Amino acid sequence: MEGWDKGTKSVVGEIPLLSTRAGPRDGEAWRQRLKEEYRALIAYTSVNKSKDNDWFRISAANPEGTRWEGSCWYVHNLRRYEFPLQFDIPVAYPQVAPEIELPTLDGKTHKMYRGGKICLTVHFKPLWAKNCPRFGIAHALCLGLAPWLAAEVPILVDSGMVKHKDDEAAPADAAAASGSAAAS
Amino acid sequence: MEEELRALLRDLDALKQRPDPAAIDRMRERVAGMVTPVAVAAGAAARSKIKDMSAEVVDSNPYSRLMALQRMGIVDNYERIRDYSVAIVGIGGVGSVAAEMLTRCGIGRLLLYDYDTVGMTKTDAAVQTLSGINPDVALESYSLNITTVKGFETFLGSLKARSSDGHNTGVDLVLSCVDNYEARMVVNQACNELGQTWMESGVSEDAVSGHIQLLVPGETACFACAPPLVVASGVDERTLKREGVCAASLPTTMGVVAGLLVQNALKYLLKFGQVSPYLGYNSLKDYFPTMEMKPNPQCSNPACVQRQKEYMQLKPARDAAAKAKMEAEASAADECPVHLDNDWNIRQVIPHDCIVVDDSDTATPSILSTGTDSLPEGLVRELPNADSYQEPVAPVTSGAIDDDDLEELQRQLDALNSS
Repeated sequence: MEGWDKGTKSVVGEIPLLSTRAGPRDGEAWRQRLKEEYRALIAYTSVNKSKDNDWFRISAANPEGTRWEGSCWYVHNLRRYEFPLQFDIPVAYPQVAPEIELPTLDGKTHKMYRGGKICLTVHFKPLWAKNCPRFGIAHALCLGLAPWLAAEVPILVDSGMVKHKDDEAAPADAAAASGSAAAS
Repeated sequence: MEEELRALLRDLDALKQRPDPAAIDRMRERVAGMVTPVAVAAGAAARSKIKDMSAEVVDSNPYSRLMALQRMGIVDNYERIRDYSVAIVGIGGVGSVAAEMLTRCGIGRLLLYDYDTVGMTKTDAAVQTLSGINPDVALESYSLNITTVKGFETFLGSLKARSSDGHNTGVDLVLSCVDNYEARMVVNQACNELGQTWMESGVSEDAVSGHIQLLVPGETACFACAPPLVVASGVDERTLKREGVCAASLPTTMGVVAGLLVQNALKYLLKFGQVSPYLGYNSLKDYFPTMEMKPNPQCSNPACVQRQKEYMQLKPARDAAAKAKMEAEASAADECPVHLDNDWNIRQVIPHDCIVVDDSDTATPSILSTGTDSLPEGLVRELPNADSYQEPVAPVTSGAIDDDDLEELQRQLDALNSS
């Protein structure tokens, strides 16, 4: 965990670690793992809310808990940029990390694989591998997606690749909107 | 054709001004009319299917050079290649080249897997190209992502399924030509579950080295038997990868690795030469290291451990077969002297019975009997054999927490999400 900022480190410490080494093909053991995933997500979401740093919504999109959908947002220059968020739990989970997708950003940055999968190869994947099976979805969001958003969204916004939804809706009112826009 | 296209363009412009469904239908028919003659022309140019492979050297026989491998004494029965099915996972730099090579070799059936697109799906594009190269090959296109639960089930099913002509069931070999760890782990999982022999291939991120590896579940190391380097050594990944640079790719390295892979596959299928358990390729120094890797009894993949158990159970039968084969070869060698003349009067100085032999049975040098666990006299093991590994059981903090209902936890998260 060297090289991580103090804030992230302290938050990660508050997410419960998981213990069941089971993937979607492991039947009852996977249900056990899913419970641990939920506990970790509940704890992480609560911590975020208590620190006024709520930044994502995620929930299982199928009963098996192998497909997850939601959204995430990042505040840059006091404006909130929100993106749909989705991923599948891979067959080889938890030995391999979930590949987090931001489909609306597909093609807008090269820090991404085909289909909007964010690139986590260098910083996150080794950390995940070393902590298998203790890290879960909550850790992937905290240590994978959050740093990615922090690094990429400012660049995407400043280069004009990503526009705030107010500016996109009515370009004519952009000046007026930017004056009143605040972090919501 | 040119004039027709220009007319179409004019109509399209008109359509832009004023949408008209009937005009679209008419246009569709015209385009379809233009497409058909081209397809027919292509069909006429391609050769028809060939029923039997012949060694006859005539222009019309594309297989004469391949069948010559039999005359050269390399392959016993080349035509057997038509009975084999090979699955190729990943139709990219390595996979597409490997698929073409196997197609040119006249492989019986190819199953192609990829989820990516190049205008059309990569697998359909490959089928189109390959059927033009050799119409004798049965091609199956699977455009899916094998790492998802749904994709994996289709993948597993297709590896077990009977071919459309009903000739073969399952596949004889799986070739992994994917470009990432996640997909390799999935191929590994599928092949461990099925007990399916497969070969892995890879090209390094800097595109100047690569490797191929044979994986026989239970017999050789599986892909999960050894942890990734960053985990095993604790080395910082940043020292291995250049920051902010995407992976390089070089058609030559891809082609060499595809060639090594398919060569190994042919040796395995047609039973000639030595099948390499692992072959590395360092293009900067033209260095080709080889090695063998035994499976890890503590492998984290349960299917791998299960296959290892099965392999151990078959050990006595294997040893007996190996011994019988060696004895047969030894007796065949003993029967006649290699050379009848001895102009230089060469003779053996050390008497034959001074060579260390296993005193238990025949004249098999003891060093050759490493197949068994017994050690030669004078050698002892420094460490005891490992006990079977058991993952430490997670401490269950309290029964109350664990009794939580999954639905209850879901509700809690939903409540948090909506607050």
